[in-house]
Amino acid sequence: MVLLTLLAAITVGIIRTRNLFAVVVLSGAYSFLMASVMIVLDAVDVAMTEASVGAGISTVLVLGALYLTKIHEAPPRYSAVLPMVVTAGFGAVLIYGTWDLPPFGTAVQPVNEHVGALYLERNMAEMDIPNAVTSVLASYRGFDTLGEVTVIFTAGIGVMLLLKRWRTS
Amino acid sequence: MILDVILRVAAKLFIPFILMFGLYVQLHGDFGPGGGFQAGVIIAAAVILYAIIFGKDAATRAVPEWAVRVMIPMGVLIYAGVGVWSMLMQGEYLNYNVLLHAGEKIGTYDAVHGQHWGVFLVEIGVLVTVTGTMLGIFYMFAGRGRPDD
Repeated sequence: MVLLTLLAAITVGIIRTRNLFAVVVLSGAYSFLMASVMIVLDAVDVAMTEASVGAGISTVLVLGALYLTKIHEAPPRYSAVLPMVVTAGFGAVLIYGTWDLPPFGTAVQPVNEHVGALYLERNMAEMDIPNAVTSVLASYRGFDTLGEVTVIFTAGIGVMLLLKRWRTS
Repeated sequence: MILDVILRVAAKLFIPFILMFGLYVQLHGDFGPGGGFQAGVIIAAAVILYAIIFGKDAATRAVPEWAVRVMIPMGVLIYAGVGVWSMLMQGEYLNYNVLLHAGEKIGTYDAVHGQHWGVFLVEIGVLVTVTGTMLGIFYMFAGRGRPDD
């Protein structure tokens, strides 16, 4: 609860601040809080990813982008009423969607009843890898992870193509 | 290039430990939290820290840009190559069961050992691509300079 309150406070801070440098630092703090939330939920692998990617690399990359632009956000050109209505409506739809979710932490829910339980049951006999996250990611779902790596590859190539300084002939 | 002694000494002290932690996260991913994605980002972060403190030129002497450009597709090739290897061993694509210890009779293999090696090599592939991509993007941003100079 404390973490969620801090998350909300940082979000308000990000919206209110006009100094983009402060926004980047606040986003890093947001990511670290999010990683703490993941640890509370016992998802250490996700927490590690969030801390290293969200708080580490993205902060550095956004700072690098900030170096190329101005440090102060331009005053908004349009009124904020329509975006606020759209966002509030979208949030209401999402909250409506959570009503159908099974209660948090119960054993009888789709996550625990289908392949997830099967993986946990067969993991040690088939893989002998204690961290089930690794065995699911790299072996049971190896094909998906190959797709993920290809996505990173494509993103890297795309960014390098966009940012490369082409010699004008 | 920053001429702050404290920053330079602290960075020199930290970078080996960051690299070591990255390798630990990579190689200990079977037993604890971590794996190729996280380790790749941590190792890239060590090089980026070096680049921030000592300048981009020093970093490109340590990890040249052509190496980064080779790393990005290399990881995908390692990953996909494991799949091709398993097909050569008469299994399905990315079926690590059949990778090792194929006996004289077709269809005999050491499934658990094959899984260990399959997961290990695949994670190496992920590490190489992630490190290369992160460094490549950072080098691109760092190499541009301000528009007005």
